[in-house]
Amino acid sequence: MAKRVSLSGNEAVAFGMKQINPDVVAAFPITPSTEVPQYFSQFVANGQVDTEFVPVESEHSAMSACLGAAAAGGRVMTATASAGLALMWEMLYVGASMRTPLVLAVTNRALSGPINIHNDHSDTMGARDSGWIQLYSESAQEAYDNLIQAVRIGEHKDVQLPVMVCYDGFITSHAVENLEMLEDADVKNFVGENRIAPYALLGKEPMSMGPLDLPNHYFEHKRLQAEAMKNAKNVILEVAAEYEKLSGRKYSFFEEYKMEDAEAAIVVINSTAGTAKYVVDNLRAQGKKVGLIKIRVFRPFPAEEIAKALKNVKAVAIMDKLDGFSASGGPLFNEVRSAMYGVADGKIVTSYIYGLGGRDVTSVNIEKVYSDLFSAIETGKYEVYNYLGVRE
Amino acid sequence: MSNRKVNITPDTTWKETTPGGVIVDAGNAEDFKTGDWRSMRPVWHEDKCKHCLLCWVVCPDNSIKVENGKFVGFDYDHCKGCGVCTKQCKFGALDFVPEE
Amino acid sequence: MGKLVEIRWHGRGGQGAKTASLLLAEVAFNTGKYIQGFPEYGPERMGAPITAYNRISDDPITIHSNIYEPDYVVVVDETLIKSVPVTAGLKENGAVIINTSKSPEEIKKELNYNGKVYTIDARKISEETLGAYFPNTPMLAAVVKITEVVSVEVFLNDIEASFKHKFANKPQVVPKNMEAVKRALEEVKGNE
Repeated sequence: MAKRVSLSGNEAVAFGMKQINPDVVAAFPITPSTEVPQYFSQFVANGQVDTEFVPVESEHSAMSACLGAAAAGGRVMTATASAGLALMWEMLYVGASMRTPLVLAVTNRALSGPINIHNDHSDTMGARDSGWIQLYSESAQEAYDNLIQAVRIGEHKDVQLPVMVCYDGFITSHAVENLEMLEDADVKNFVGENRIAPYALLGKEPMSMGPLDLPNHYFEHKRLQAEAMKNAKNVILEVAAEYEKLSGRKYSFFEEYKMEDAEAAIVVINSTAGTAKYVVDNLRAQGKKVGLIKIRVFRPFPAEEIAKALKNVKAVAIMDKLDGFSASGGPLFNEVRSAMYGVADGKIVTSYIYGLGGRDVTSVNIEKVYSDLFSAIETGKYEVYNYLGVRE
Repeated sequence: MSNRKVNITPDTTWKETTPGGVIVDAGNAEDFKTGDWRSMRPVWHEDKCKHCLLCWVVCPDNSIKVENGKFVGFDYDHCKGCGVCTKQCKFGALDFVPEE
Repeated sequence: MGKLVEIRWHGRGGQGAKTASLLLAEVAFNTGKYIQGFPEYGPERMGAPITAYNRISDDPITIHSNIYEPDYVVVVDETLIKSVPVTAGLKENGAVIINTSKSPEEIKKELNYNGKVYTIDARKISEETLGAYFPNTPMLAAVVKITEVVSVEVFLNDIEASFKHKFANKPQVVPKNMEAVKRALEEVKGNE
């Protein structure tokens, strides 16, 4: 039986970690993620978990300690945001290439400068090519559900990769909402035995990890790492199916909202998807054929599936909550547009960069995007690259 | 080499290699013959050797072969020719000569 | 979609407006509602104006923006009305609930707002019942009474249980807090 609760995103994640009861948590506090290690260290102090909590002196050290613990065979979790994730950068790549599963909860926050503590997706989108699996969350509920599934996905023998669970700083991390928590025993049963331990440094066989790798072998190891990311696609769906049986909540690579006969669609990530659903409902009530795709899994990128989902739209706006500074649209825009090539050709495809540094995203903003799309369909005239909500 | 769990060679493909380059065979450094790095070669004069085994102590590559507490020869497959053993020998039992 | 009630709170850092908004969310949650309670964060410190928000509905709430056209505005510190446009966007058929010793008529003159104005002297009530200035409890009761997001009867039962839980170590303060609640329910008054 699930428990109906009202929690902030950070509380939901901390309680999820408590239910998972990892072996090691090494963390360094940073706004707006601080509450996660803060609450969790209270669980440790109260003896409510068996975790070894390692208070470190920086995020680089936090990730290093986590990798060491995971390499030794421990089930490991941590949390960070923004500059904290940036300071972990070197170690993110090491963790992925060492094939050490661990779960990192990231409250998405803008990167400096100028200095800003508020939400956008610059931090995790910058880490998109680090080799980590990335799950994104619209709400506290999804952050909690993704966290629990992340353990199973990362530890699967065909995957063995670290997983980032991302949710919007403040908007989700500090807002109290309704959600359903699973029973402790159900989470314990779902995450099951630690699947890393037998294959790790302190496992059954002696081994060395993280060796020097020269040109004659590095490429083969990277190719094998890429295969693990491909394998993750099936594993993510398997774990989601099992989680649905337990929770009643359905997860996939992305959520399609009223896409069946949609002519104009938005592709978006995290909490803005919720606001966009509200707009879709209102526009549908006016008879407008609008839909929404909310990305849950950005790495591995579900290219074929997204292209298929967009096959019947006339126009699609792809929204990035960061500026990739490519001078040609944000990363989600480029990946989705590239995925559509040869599969969903002949569409109007536009880029919207929005919500930087915590700029509030309102239903009026989203209505503007749909209105732009219908105008593009009717007149054939439109801008490909757009900034939404910036003062012109 | 045949007793290795994973036989890594210069031709190993990505499907055959280990995740992240994990080394699953303890002591597989022995498979890599570092002896061909050598330009100078230690030579043993059995008649002057007291079998004090200080050469074994200082050798960074475990290339001094010992049996029953006595020096019996060099492991030329792995000796890189650093000459540390010859430098420390107090009895003139180890010479250091150019490779031919 | 059922009725969605949107509330904006204005207070000063350290006065507990954020906590009050979370308490209201909790009260509504306990009666089976869907809720949101969230502050607007900035560089504010003690004394700086802060804003917090509530959405309360019978149906799941997906919208995740701030609230620009609230049904109700709650002002925890009356000095704010001089410096902050507290009624900005407030619906004409909504209401302002303000912590003040002044009458609704006096406050209405100071606000640029044509809708209903309710006043509650939370300072007086809290000082007389709790012996110190804790405006949250009387403000919460007044907001429940005016917004009707939950029935007063349900609220009284729920808040008493929550005080008993919160003050398990000093049960003598529970009746005092309940007194503050009941007085606020009676004393909040409006200019219709």
